[in-house]
Amino acid sequence: MLRAAVPLLGLPLAGAGIAEEPTQEPGSPGEPPPGLALFRWQWHEVEAPYLVALWILVASLAKIVFHLSRKVTSLVPESCLLILLGLVLGGVVLAVAKKAEYQLEPGTFFLFLLPPIVLDSGYFMPSRLFFDNLGAILTYAVVGTLWNAFTTGAALWGLQQAGLVAPRVQAGLLDFLLFGSLISAVDPVAVLAVFEEVHVNETLFIIVFGESLLNDAVTVVLYKVCNSFVEMGSAKVQATDYLKGVASLFVVSLGGAAVGLVFAFLLALTTRFTKRVRIIEPLLVFLLAYAAYLTAEMASLSAILAVTMCGLGCKKYVEANISHKSRTTVKYTMKTLASCAETVIFMLLGISAVDSSKWAWDSGLVLGTLFFILFFRALGVVLQTWVLNQFRLVPLDKIDQVVMSYGGLRGAVAFALVILLDRNKVPAKDYFVATTIVVVFFTVIVQGLTIKPLVKWLKVKRSEHHKPTLNQELHEHTFDHILAAVEDVVGHHGYHYWRDRWEQFDKKYLSQLLMRRSAYRIRDQIWDVYYRLNIRDAISFVDQGGHVLSSTGLSLPSMPSRNSVAETSVTNLLRESGSGACLDLQVIDTVRSGRDREDAVMHHLLCGGLYKPRRRYKASCSRHFISEDAQERQDKEIFQQNMKRRLESFKSTKHNICFTKNKPRPRKAGRKKKDGVANADATNGKPPRDPGFQDTAAVTLTVESEEEESDSSETEKEDDEGIIFVARATSEVLQEGKVSGSLEVCPSPRIIPPSPTCAEKELPWKSGQGDQAVYVSSETTKIVPVDMQTGWNQSISSLESLASPPCTQAPTLTRLPPRPLGAEEPRAALDLLSDPRPSFAFPPSLAKAGRSRSESSADIPQQQELQPLMGPKDQTHLSPGTANSHWCIQFNRGGRL
Amino acid sequence: MGSQASTLLRHEELEEIKKETGFSHSQIARLYKRFTSLDINGIGALSREDFLRIPELAINPLGDRIISAFFSEGEDEVNFRVFIRILAHFRPISDKENSKDAKGPEPLNSRSNKLRFAFQLYDLDKDDKISRSELIQVLRMMVGVNISEEQLGVMADRTIQEADEDGDGAISFTEFVKVFEKTGVEQKMSIQFLD
Repeated sequence: MLRAAVPLLGLPLAGAGIAEEPTQEPGSPGEPPPGLALFRWQWHEVEAPYLVALWILVASLAKIVFHLSRKVTSLVPESCLLILLGLVLGGVVLAVAKKAEYQLEPGTFFLFLLPPIVLDSGYFMPSRLFFDNLGAILTYAVVGTLWNAFTTGAALWGLQQAGLVAPRVQAGLLDFLLFGSLISAVDPVAVLAVFEEVHVNETLFIIVFGESLLNDAVTVVLYKVCNSFVEMGSAKVQATDYLKGVASLFVVSLGGAAVGLVFAFLLALTTRFTKRVRIIEPLLVFLLAYAAYLTAEMASLSAILAVTMCGLGCKKYVEANISHKSRTTVKYTMKTLASCAETVIFMLLGISAVDSSKWAWDSGLVLGTLFFILFFRALGVVLQTWVLNQFRLVPLDKIDQVVMSYGGLRGAVAFALVILLDRNKVPAKDYFVATTIVVVFFTVIVQGLTIKPLVKWLKVKRSEHHKPTLNQELHEHTFDHILAAVEDVVGHHGYHYWRDRWEQFDKKYLSQLLMRRSAYRIRDQIWDVYYRLNIRDAISFVDQGGHVLSSTGLSLPSMPSRNSVAETSVTNLLRESGSGACLDLQVIDTVRSGRDREDAVMHHLLCGGLYKPRRRYKASCSRHFISEDAQERQDKEIFQQNMKRRLESFKSTKHNICFTKNKPRPRKAGRKKKDGVANADATNGKPPRDPGFQDTAAVTLTVESEEEESDSSETEKEDDEGIIFVARATSEVLQEGKVSGSLEVCPSPRIIPPSPTCAEKELPWKSGQGDQAVYVSSETTKIVPVDMQTGWNQSISSLESLASPPCTQAPTLTRLPPRPLGAEEPRAALDLLSDPRPSFAFPPSLAKAGRSRSESSADIPQQQELQPLMGPKDQTHLSPGTANSHWCIQFNRGGRL
Repeated sequence: MGSQASTLLRHEELEEIKKETGFSHSQIARLYKRFTSLDINGIGALSREDFLRIPELAINPLGDRIISAFFSEGEDEVNFRVFIRILAHFRPISDKENSKDAKGPEPLNSRSNKLRFAFQLYDLDKDDKISRSELIQVLRMMVGVNISEEQLGVMADRTIQEADEDGDGAISFTEFVKVFEKTGVEQKMSIQFLD
């Protein structure tokens, strides 16, 4: 058994003592082993995958080497360097092996190398930008590519007729058109590689890049049609064939897009049900996207279009469904694969060019092609832009046009297509191959090298690396609503009509169907942005080694269920520490153009969950659409809100009176209530936990965190009155009630803990005064830095996975050593007062009672009250345990201020 | 169709509007037609109810605010001149206008006027500042019911904190403009007016 198994596995286990093993390996046929072999060399077993791995490794190492020198990479695009490296390597291989090996095989290219790149670009495509410019993109992709193909082909034919191309290039008009069709398409890989480093403004980028993705359908069709025409021979081509050619354009493009969308739908639907098997979520994304590609390829539809549409279509739902970690995994894996494929493609391009047996040179053809593709690209762009500018809101100016013309890079797609030509049918194939190689090299190297200086010189609007701010997202949504309203008022129907209709449809059916119920419910875009910003703040803050973290670590246990908590608190801590919440967001953006992508992602997010701007909403049509379904939830919601507002404003002539007056009170009260609820939750959920612990948390952690944590369960409609402070023995609550009752003016001691943060919230500019948390944190860092570290790690992980069990933090915190400094009186008080805290099952009715009791105190300014309240506070809250003493100290500090 | 509508406008008024708003003749005619169709009572002015009769506006989260923006203080109707002047804010900025910006009064559709329009939607008490409560009000209009008051609160805090440069806890117009320093407001606050 073993003997059979070993060779099957291909493991070099020969040294294990198997003496006379029958030679079954394909690697060593007919060679009886001389004896006991300590080593066996089985290269052939592993040759293919080994070579693949080796190439990728070489490419990656090359990348590392290139990036060692900032100077080089800032001047020379990586793609150029890789091509040059490929040339060198190819030369070495040629010199050693005497024949060219390791070429860019069209099969490999189309089946393995291209899909990751396209998926990456489709998935991370800034969809809003893409669809806003869809008109222009489609025009350039379809009309532009057709124009380029035909003019280039025809002009080359004309060149040949004029005798400028050597007669040995045997090609007719159809051959040249075929060549034109394959050489005309702007290549997504090359464009991406170069433009990502140039950072032109986003509109320009999306137009060039979108064009390069979408023109694939046109290229494929043109190529296939011309190829079959050439194979049939021009004499036999009939009128119906031309018609078929035109029809196939639609079939291939729409079919490809349809395949992509079907798979996007499947993908989104599948990820809806992966709640218990999170681990395969990333795999599903890749598998189904790849399946889309292969399916389209199989049906000879546009595979690039399919996978682009798949990525574009599924993103929103997939991102909502899969876990945070899966999201990161998908992102990084996709980037890795794409970057890897891109590297290999360029390197293989370089290597392939060395093989001189495949190509034949003709200067006339080469120079002519170079000139024509540049000339007709520019001409085409100018003509199309002129037409487009008649309709565009923001016309593309001359500089944009120059960059667009110059950015029309050709790449590996053209090369792979030209290799695929049949030499018997296309006698001039070798010349075409040579020309294509030159064109590709010229565009990637020369244009790639010069486009950066050109962009600088022309002062093209660059894309700014602005941080995505809440302000921008918020205000831009406001803009959308404003524009929607204005268009309604003006009463004209623009191109946003379909967008609006789509969003209606999406909200009504698709999102319901494709998103997890939980994801659908808690989805709100602005909140999402806020959440992400906070996470970034937190991460970057850790990166900078901020000490305030420690208190976050402390606060961890107080968030039993949800994660949005920690991140909020971090931001607030940042604010409190006076360092400004928006620390260096760039810190985590080390990935190339990661920032752009993040922006895009952010944008996506914002586009989804807010009330949709109703830009174009044709009355007749939409009414029909809506009335069937007794109105959409959103519409009703807004309508009711508006009505309510209107009624209110009716009462007071000035709109704002009622609002501004009402506003702060329910907010505060509500916040406190949540605070209390959170505490209650915590205690109910985890009876064995030290209550003093939660007290600590309540002080250190800003209050919002707890609100948020409970917000998923709570709705704001609940009664706004009432605060519960404690989650502990019922007797104690009663006692507290007495305290607050007796001290009419002063709030009950329990209120104090959150109050500084309340003040913070109300008056964020007073951040300097909210020193309590800062004090605490700095001290705790001194004492237990390691613990804090772990605590922080946990907080991070809890940020990432929705429900992280907080119990792990309990031991961390109990390890807190007793406070060595200060805290004499509080400690004494602590010793005296051992809190009974017998039952944690806190009855909700009592909780409510507690809430209402303390409601009166919510609005009372807190800072001043700190001092007089020290006594009762200590008495009421102290319970045995180190954490408690800790809490006391914080309090003292707060009081001393 | 355009000419018929335009006959309802006096010629000199038309010229004036053209000069003030930068709309073309046919655009003005088209807008005037729209105006009269909104003006059901035929009194030559629009009331709030007239605006609210536009079905989409009623379900626009900011619909109320935007309608209010048409009404200047104390007024309860909007005549055509005001109507078109407001709409002129959203005319795209053309290259020609960019160049002649220097002389003459600032056109209604200038970048800063566009931003001013948005700003005043937030700034209810007209103190040239977006306060926290004003921001929360707008936020509440824009998000769904799933967001709690507290979340609104922290978002508002964060938003203000981001933009607030002078530390007064509110967003002034200067700070508001600064937010959009690097983004194409011209693009995002423009719509295509049909000829």
